[in-house]
Amino acid sequence: MKKLFPILTILLALFASPLLGQDAEQPTATPSTEESTKPADEEASTDGEAKELTDEERANAVADKAKAEAWLEGQSLASEYSSLDDDDKRIEDYAIDSFVVSGDTAWMIVATALVLMMTIPGLSLFYGGLARRKNVLSVLVQCFACTALMTLLWTIYGYSVASSGDGQFFGDFAKVCLKGVGVDTVSGTIPESVYFTFQMTFAIITPALIVGAFAERMKFSAVLIFLTLWFTFSYLPVWHMVWGGGYLADKWEAIDFAGGTVVHINAGIAGLVACIVLGKRQGYPKSPMPPHNVPFVLIGAALLWVGWFGFNAGSELAADGVAGMAQLVTQVATATAAFVWMMTEWILKGKPTAVGIATGAVAGLVAITPASGSVGPMGAIAIGAAAALVCYWTATSLKHKLGYDDSFDVFGVHGVGGIVGALLTGLFFINAETGVEFVENKLKGQIVSVIVTIIWSGVVSYIALKIADVFCGGIRSTEDEEIQGLDVADHGEEGYQL
Amino acid sequence: MKLIKAIIKPFKLDDVKAALEEVGVTGLTAIECKGFGRQKGHTEIYRGSEYTVDFLPKIKLEVVVADEAAEGAVKAITSAANTGKIGDGKVFLSSIDEAIRIRTDETGNEAL
Repeated sequence: MKKLFPILTILLALFASPLLGQDAEQPTATPSTEESTKPADEEASTDGEAKELTDEERANAVADKAKAEAWLEGQSLASEYSSLDDDDKRIEDYAIDSFVVSGDTAWMIVATALVLMMTIPGLSLFYGGLARRKNVLSVLVQCFACTALMTLLWTIYGYSVASSGDGQFFGDFAKVCLKGVGVDTVSGTIPESVYFTFQMTFAIITPALIVGAFAERMKFSAVLIFLTLWFTFSYLPVWHMVWGGGYLADKWEAIDFAGGTVVHINAGIAGLVACIVLGKRQGYPKSPMPPHNVPFVLIGAALLWVGWFGFNAGSELAADGVAGMAQLVTQVATATAAFVWMMTEWILKGKPTAVGIATGAVAGLVAITPASGSVGPMGAIAIGAAAALVCYWTATSLKHKLGYDDSFDVFGVHGVGGIVGALLTGLFFINAETGVEFVENKLKGQIVSVIVTIIWSGVVSYIALKIADVFCGGIRSTEDEEIQGLDVADHGEEGYQL
Repeated sequence: MKLIKAIIKPFKLDDVKAALEEVGVTGLTAIECKGFGRQKGHTEIYRGSEYTVDFLPKIKLEVVVADEAAEGAVKAITSAANTGKIGDGKVFLSSIDEAIRIRTDETGNEAL
């Protein structure tokens, strides 16, 4: 009893202070949905006071109103500004710092961090746990090195070649080394620096995804060279075709909100080609190669799930209703997929496994990615369920039937999940105003974008592997290295000193 | 001197250790190992690939005792480790040529 009194006092102090402080301050002016009433409120409260305004107060009120109006004006002009070319004479008419919306910017800075978390440590742990113990570091280091390498490549030329310029397949070099991008440059309603870094995290995770297909048997040097070539000649052009106003967006109006084709199909096909060219791991499929750390797999999948809110909701590049709905459908589709995979496995195999439910969730995340800006919750359920069923079949049945060794099911989950999602994106829509969900046939653009991405990524991956083969004197680790484990062979370290 | 090797189920280790202490055996070595006999393993499934895992976790105990104490020690082990189910394990006896205490160089029964 004696100990209760100090605890009660502390609790009282904690809860009393916000209650007491409620009337003390007016909320500071922030952008909100009721923007148009904001200046009016400030005027009304000053007019409602009984005393006369001093000249100073009147001048302040006028200045506040002017500032608010300029901000509003800036908001509505932001979209015009972002479409101006760098040499457009009207550029000087627009006050640059009116256009950065702090809510959008704050959210996008956070979304960037969330997507980076998806690679390190989300994907790293997801794959790391699936690997055998002797190869755990190789997977982690490949993801980490990919993060570092892609950051540099994106900065030096990636961003420019992807997003700048009018080509059908490639951009230009106008923004090489971020020329022209400064502290105050704007992209839409956020600083261009934020947009740049956000997109960089996508450029990081896409090559990292491929790592899972050829894991446990590819030389580290060959990995780096292959990923550099693939990034340059497959990731950047597909990005440009879909998001940079290139061929797929321009001629086919392909819908890809957050990266079903650009990220998942692109990486999935590369993974399939790589694992076939490299060949199967020694002992596959006869020797058992179970995951060495299933808790890692679950933790990794959970980090991917949470981070994916940044991936999908962040692709709106704003903090608004579309972003909110994108988050909603991401959650619903993922949960559906996890649940459906779990039930499928339970029925077909007798027990619902941990690896299974984690994989199901990832399949759902992948499939909802292209649709997250246009689909509603019921469509999300359909997409999640479809992804789980199809990916379950590809990862467990098709793989064994066709005999390729896709170590961690990069094609089976990301490639196929991306294809399922990209196609269904052309079917399920939601009305933005009424919330009514409907089915419409916009499949043509989706089918074309899927086929183009598959062919482009496949061909580039094959060539990139052959080039890496020449550069590195062979892309596959030697037999002894593979048996010893890549951790010791490539990195000179043991993952666990037990 | 006799070397007693016993393969037992891991959760029985504390019971066997207590039983051995009661008959005067003061030291033993325990090794984590895996093995199987008539007890079957289990199947594990990872993304559709099924593996049959034959081996089960076991503990291997090694005790060296004086010839006179061997029978008592074996009885202590077998009664403490018994659960009545398949997989309880086995006890093996062999003769030891010599035993030496490292600290004092004592040999024979004094070293035990």
